[in-house]
Amino acid sequence: MRKLLLLTTVILVGLVFIARLFYLQVYGGYEYDIFEDSAIKKEYNYPKRGYVYDRNGKLLVANQPSYDVMVIPRDVEFMDSIKLNEFCKLLKITKETYYKRLEKASNYSPRLSSPFVQQLSKNDYAVLQEKMRKYTGFYIQKRSLRFYQTTIGANVLGDIGEVNRNIIAKKPYYKLGDLIGKQGIEKTYENILRGIKGIKFIQKDRFNKNIGPYKNGIFDTLPKPGKDITITIDAELQAYGELLMTNKRGGIVAIEPSSGEILAMVSGPSYNPNLLVGRERSKNFNILYKDSIAKPLFDRGLQAMYPPGSPFKTLNALVALQEGVVTTEERFSCAMGYRYGNRKMGCHAHRSPANMNIGIYESCNAYFANVYRRIIDKYDSPAEGMDNWSKHIKSFGLGNYLNNDLSVGQPGKVPTASTYNRGYGKNRWYTTFTISNAIGQGEVLATPIQLANMAAAIGNRGHYYTPHIIKEIEGDTIPSKFTTPKYTTIDKRHFEPVVQGMFDVYNKGTADMLQVKGIEICGKTGTAENFAIIDSVKTQLTDHSIFVAFAPKDNPKIALAVFVENGYFGSRFAGRMASLMIEYYLRGEITRKDMENFVLRYSLEHEYQKPFSNEPFGINRQTTLEAIDEKEFQKLLQLKAEIPKS
Amino acid sequence: MLRENQRRFKFDWITIILFLLLIGFGYLNILSASHVGDVTSYFDTSQLYGKQLIFIGLTLILIILILSFEAKFYERFASIIYIVAILALLGLFLFGKDVNGARSWYGIGSMTIQPSEFAKFATALAVAKYISDLQTNMQTLKDQIRVAAIIFIPALLILLQNDAGSTMVYLAFFFVFYREGLQQIYLIVALSLIVLAVLSLKYGIAITAIVVTLVLAIRYFFRKKKRASIPQYILVLLLAVSFSYGVKLFYQHGLKTHQQNRITIFLRLEKDPVKLEQMRKREAYNLIQSEQAISSGGLTGKGFLQGTRTTGKFVPEQETDYIFSTVGEEWGFLGSSTVIILFVLLIIRILYLAEAQKSQFSRVYGYGVASILFIHFTVNIGMVMGLIPTVGIPLPFFSYGGSGLWGFTILLFIFIKLDSNKINEW
Ligand SMILES: [Zn+2]
Repeated sequence: MRKLLLLTTVILVGLVFIARLFYLQVYGGYEYDIFEDSAIKKEYNYPKRGYVYDRNGKLLVANQPSYDVMVIPRDVEFMDSIKLNEFCKLLKITKETYYKRLEKASNYSPRLSSPFVQQLSKNDYAVLQEKMRKYTGFYIQKRSLRFYQTTIGANVLGDIGEVNRNIIAKKPYYKLGDLIGKQGIEKTYENILRGIKGIKFIQKDRFNKNIGPYKNGIFDTLPKPGKDITITIDAELQAYGELLMTNKRGGIVAIEPSSGEILAMVSGPSYNPNLLVGRERSKNFNILYKDSIAKPLFDRGLQAMYPPGSPFKTLNALVALQEGVVTTEERFSCAMGYRYGNRKMGCHAHRSPANMNIGIYESCNAYFANVYRRIIDKYDSPAEGMDNWSKHIKSFGLGNYLNNDLSVGQPGKVPTASTYNRGYGKNRWYTTFTISNAIGQGEVLATPIQLANMAAAIGNRGHYYTPHIIKEIEGDTIPSKFTTPKYTTIDKRHFEPVVQGMFDVYNKGTADMLQVKGIEICGKTGTAENFAIIDSVKTQLTDHSIFVAFAPKDNPKIALAVFVENGYFGSRFAGRMASLMIEYYLRGEITRKDMENFVLRYSLEHEYQKPFSNEPFGINRQTTLEAIDEKEFQKLLQLKAEIPKS
Repeated sequence: MLRENQRRFKFDWITIILFLLLIGFGYLNILSASHVGDVTSYFDTSQLYGKQLIFIGLTLILIILILSFEAKFYERFASIIYIVAILALLGLFLFGKDVNGARSWYGIGSMTIQPSEFAKFATALAVAKYISDLQTNMQTLKDQIRVAAIIFIPALLILLQNDAGSTMVYLAFFFVFYREGLQQIYLIVALSLIVLAVLSLKYGIAITAIVVTLVLAIRYFFRKKKRASIPQYILVLLLAVSFSYGVKLFYQHGLKTHQQNRITIFLRLEKDPVKLEQMRKREAYNLIQSEQAISSGGLTGKGFLQGTRTTGKFVPEQETDYIFSTVGEEWGFLGSSTVIILFVLLIIRILYLAEAQKSQFSRVYGYGVASILFIHFTVNIGMVMGLIPTVGIPLPFFSYGGSGLWGFTILLFIFIKLDSNKINEW
């Protein structure tokens, strides 16, 4: 027994030691990761983020340096209260904040860097830089923030912000505190704009002093600068569009039909992109985000889906011609509307009977109801007819995502037979059940960018290029899907009568007062009924004003869709804005000052207040125009004058 | 001729190979722990690894010297060697040199010698000599006191020179005494005192008293045959409580602040976790760094000379007391376990040889060697891995330093010599 005491103790101690080693080194699957090794300092070198230029070479987005204080919680040494006070004073934070942030960072990871104080002012940085080495575990990281050279295009340009942990988990390139594109082109072109950060691994000693490159720098990389990009936006046109949208809500999307390049993409209300830069970003973002009434972050040009209304009639005319169910000269009579069964689709007073040309420029509901029935009823069953019609409509880029390079979008909707089979039961519905499709109401939904693209496809007589925002990438080409034409299912020869009809909308139709001398504009007015739930009652509001146009008539340079919430009839706001945009783009100046003054002077804010007024209110015919005060109006004129310089 | 050959090969080669493996591996780690920039020359004597190489070279000469003496020499001169060692320790008070607050070195030119490293084998010889005397009976109190005095003198001298770590080594002789007939009760009392000390520090005197009362009550009721009288039980309880009180007093007033803090951190005596963490960061810097270095080694380690924390010299004293952190970082779980196994094998081998000795002197001495190595191994690695409170004590054959290396070599090789002679003994 006496012989065994030391022997067993020795063996026992050996086992305990090996168990302890196992716990320290193997248990928990701890794998060596140089990024978590506090003996190796990782010095990140963030490259310049790519600049953004407009189609005319105007610089829109540049960079500004920013400095963050980062912390690696495990390396933080104990500080006595004097040193801690001094440090907090330098950082301009309280001791409570210090401990709170340290704990937060530690909870995230004791071994990895977390931002501690972000975006120091230049003065604070200068003072801190000198003294930083005293505070083990803290260091200053230089980054590059955006510096917007403009106040327009917030929805287009988007912004960059701190990566969240979900992204870090998915994309290990990003480390806490890194910036990433959050919206707009910053998001879609993140990888091109970002470049690749460089990294240096430096061996530190216990006094936090650098003692040389780790393994002679074999793992070090140089930063690769982000590439500059040119976007398709015409900054002046964009600015003008945003100006026209002042005091209104809605969207304008303008496209160059020959390329699919987006010339302008306006969403009202807008905001200054500089609001989303730097320290104030998250505060401002929250304000914008929480504004559930004006919804400034909702891109109305890309995300607002509405029944397209009358502009959609042009497509039905094209489908009818393609299917050979009408000729351009065939006439249908209209007695203030179209009767089917015991129901009636109303129309207004105009020449009757109407051929295709009159049908389009007078926007006759009866004409298109007849045409639509012919299209569907050509086939043995309404289901077959409906699917065939649907196929034609979808070939214009409606009813699905455009699959482009914008960070947000909506598919819209084009019904098919199955839509109605679901609603009414298989084959238990007739063409008349779907008659609203004839005039772009009912089941059809589209976004302004889809309507602008539709206008471009008509202007091109049968094809379009996917609308996109990228024009050039430094040292690279843009994706071929943006340079390959997409053909509609309508033969080119059928377009001329429809184009003529849209041209006559301006000559003698619903937009005759919107003519611009010397520019042949083709267009189509529209309205969309809309409703709000007020005190749980579905209440109708003033119609949305819609306008679709392209110009010039032959070889169009611009196609656009304008959409103004509660703007009432199509030519009232949307049509005026469309004509103004076209003239501004093609001529660089406005001859129709009367139209411009109208749009700038009248605000729709009172219209938007109605649902919140807790009082009964009138809509459409009962609405009146409300002018802004003269001073404000002059300010808008001043802003317009400054556009070319800004 | 034949007889000469037989004699030469009677040395226990297993022990010698284990010794060489440990020395060799130790040197590699000193190289890692002490190099700055690239290693230009292994013999660069301005570097610690260069010096260590010289120490190792001198060690080989020392070994030959030790083995060339007659085995009987060590037994015969044990007392004189012991007295010389004590005198060397005493001399420190007059001629010693302060290093890091401990007066443990003689300075000879640029060299330093630490006599406490040599006092260990001297004491082991003296203890072996005393116990193996035919007159000695370890069961008697008289001999117990005398033999205790043999270890108490050097231990006290070393403690007075502010080297608490080296003092602790003398506890190793408890194993020797126990092997040689010290009564069981000492073992029980020793273990009980350790438990009592931890209990009173961690949970206070009141709870300790309750626990002791409970244990005594259970013993009283379950031991019907040979039980002691109630007053005796009360006496034991009183002694326990006063010991508990004494420990508390000693912890609060008898210790230096840094020693007190080490115990506070180790036993987590500070209730506020934030304060405890701050205390750890402030006081247990070495330990935190060494645990991190070891952990970062993972299963296979970062490789020889590739340890980032070793290269950055993150662990203070990493070439001396904390050398095992370098092993852990660069050689990982596999390498550090190997070191532990080598030590365990060496100690077991010595124990095995000791038990096989014909002479009591050789056996007691062998036991002393095993016990001293064991205490160093346990306290050092236990400390580096945070299993016991921080105590400054080198890891045999690994830690940098000539005195330590020579001390352990002499300690071990005297035994190898004694062992080689066992056949001639009768
Ligand atoms: Zn009509």
